[in-house]
Amino acid sequence: MSQEEIAEKIVPYLEEEFEIDGKLITPEANLRNTLQLDSLDYVDLVVVIESNFKFKIKPGDFQNINTFSDFYAYVETALIQKEQENILNAEINSQRNGV
Amino acid sequence: MVHRVVITGIGIYSSIGKDLNEVADSLYNGKSGIVLDQIRKQHGYRSGLTGYVERPNLRNVLDRRARIMLPEQGEFAYMSTIEALKVAKFEQDYLDTHSVGILFGNDSSAKPVIESNDIVREKGSTIMVGSGSVFQTMNSTVTMNLSTIFRLKGINFTVSGACASGSHAIGLGYTFIKHGYQDCIICGGAQEVNPYSMGNFDALGAFSIREDAPHKASRPFDRDRDGLVPSGGGATVIIESLEHALKRGASILGEIIAYGFSSNGAHISNPTVEGPAIAIEMSLKQAGVKNSEIDYINAHATATLAGDATEARSINTIFGAVKPLVSSTKSMTGHECWMSGASEIVYSMLMMEKGFVAPNINFENPDEESANLNIAAKKIDTNIDMFLSNSFGFGGTNSSLIVKKWKNN
Repeated sequence: MSQEEIAEKIVPYLEEEFEIDGKLITPEANLRNTLQLDSLDYVDLVVVIESNFKFKIKPGDFQNINTFSDFYAYVETALIQKEQENILNAEINSQRNGV
Repeated sequence: MVHRVVITGIGIYSSIGKDLNEVADSLYNGKSGIVLDQIRKQHGYRSGLTGYVERPNLRNVLDRRARIMLPEQGEFAYMSTIEALKVAKFEQDYLDTHSVGILFGNDSSAKPVIESNDIVREKGSTIMVGSGSVFQTMNSTVTMNLSTIFRLKGINFTVSGACASGSHAIGLGYTFIKHGYQDCIICGGAQEVNPYSMGNFDALGAFSIREDAPHKASRPFDRDRDGLVPSGGGATVIIESLEHALKRGASILGEIIAYGFSSNGAHISNPTVEGPAIAIEMSLKQAGVKNSEIDYINAHATATLAGDATEARSINTIFGAVKPLVSSTKSMTGHECWMSGASEIVYSMLMMEKGFVAPNINFENPDEESANLNIAAKKIDTNIDMFLSNSFGFGGTNSSLIVKKWKNN
């Protein structure tokens, strides 16, 4: 999934969850300030990500994410890693099953 | 130094109205707030009867962070508190710069507990419950949320005393102010009303099953009563020391003159005559008034067979031939449980202000015990100078408050 596709998918959920105008969500905008996140809100951001992209993220991972562009890149990388893990797990399972 | 304690603000959000005006009208006209909830029947309830309380839409009232931490009883309490603050003429500036406390009665938050654990079981991850859940699930949810929303800086905790919670909250607030520890406390009670909240109570067979006539189901003191009807909402009673209220230039609505309490020291759910009688007697003694000075008793009477009969005997033991007017507003509202001790102060304050005793609707035939009381089966236009409000709960906890009309003396 490209960063554009990630943005297209996640922005409506961010608008809904954090009740902000989607037009404010630009790649250069600051994630924390735009979504007005306090320490508790990161938990809800994790829920939004996990619900939409089906991978687990730790709240601490947000330390290196400043802009939405950083955020989309992070999700893109995580999805690639997840796909690779899925392929690896499938291979391991095939070997286990003697296929 | 002992301080006089006055009421300067009241607010209500209940099954018989969403504000003081609506509720006063319902009380005057004997309007019931009871409905049959089919969802309860689907959940396997023996009785689907309940007070109906619509959840307020707070989307453009409170910000997202505040809203996701509020369970429904917190929303109800927010509504009643906003109204009470307005009546008491409190602005946020004042709350920001003075030590105003909060004490609310609440004894459950079932829905958020059940829903969050369902999510954990389904998703296999605790984080998926989100950040608001923990603040909804705790018994102290009402006080932790309202103290945050209104930025309160005084005493702040929740009183869990079963169906006497709201009354004890006011009684404790009264005690704090009387002895000079606080000048002003926002007191009250809140009760959730969702289908998750009352299933285990329904299991005891304590609820009326008169489902074919919901408005007739709650029949306190009536010979043919067959159990209580659960209900809920939010009620707020703002109390202050007399000096504090006068200094603020507040309108004084009434004066709390006693908080009597006791514990039955007996069965966990079976009532006794002696326990409540001790609380009532303590309140009269503390107030320094004769039983003949009580114009009206807002009875706890929930419409259970044993509860109403023992309360009737307790009242009769103490008041005997004096026979003040008695009614149970639960005949209209149902049993508002953790909130009832506070809401019934609000209901009685409205009666005192407007000069009537609300009817104990559905009281058609007395039984052996209630025949000894002077029950207002119909609305009675009369002056109330002083009332007693009883609240009793599981575990044998009892609370009796006496409130006197303010006459500028």
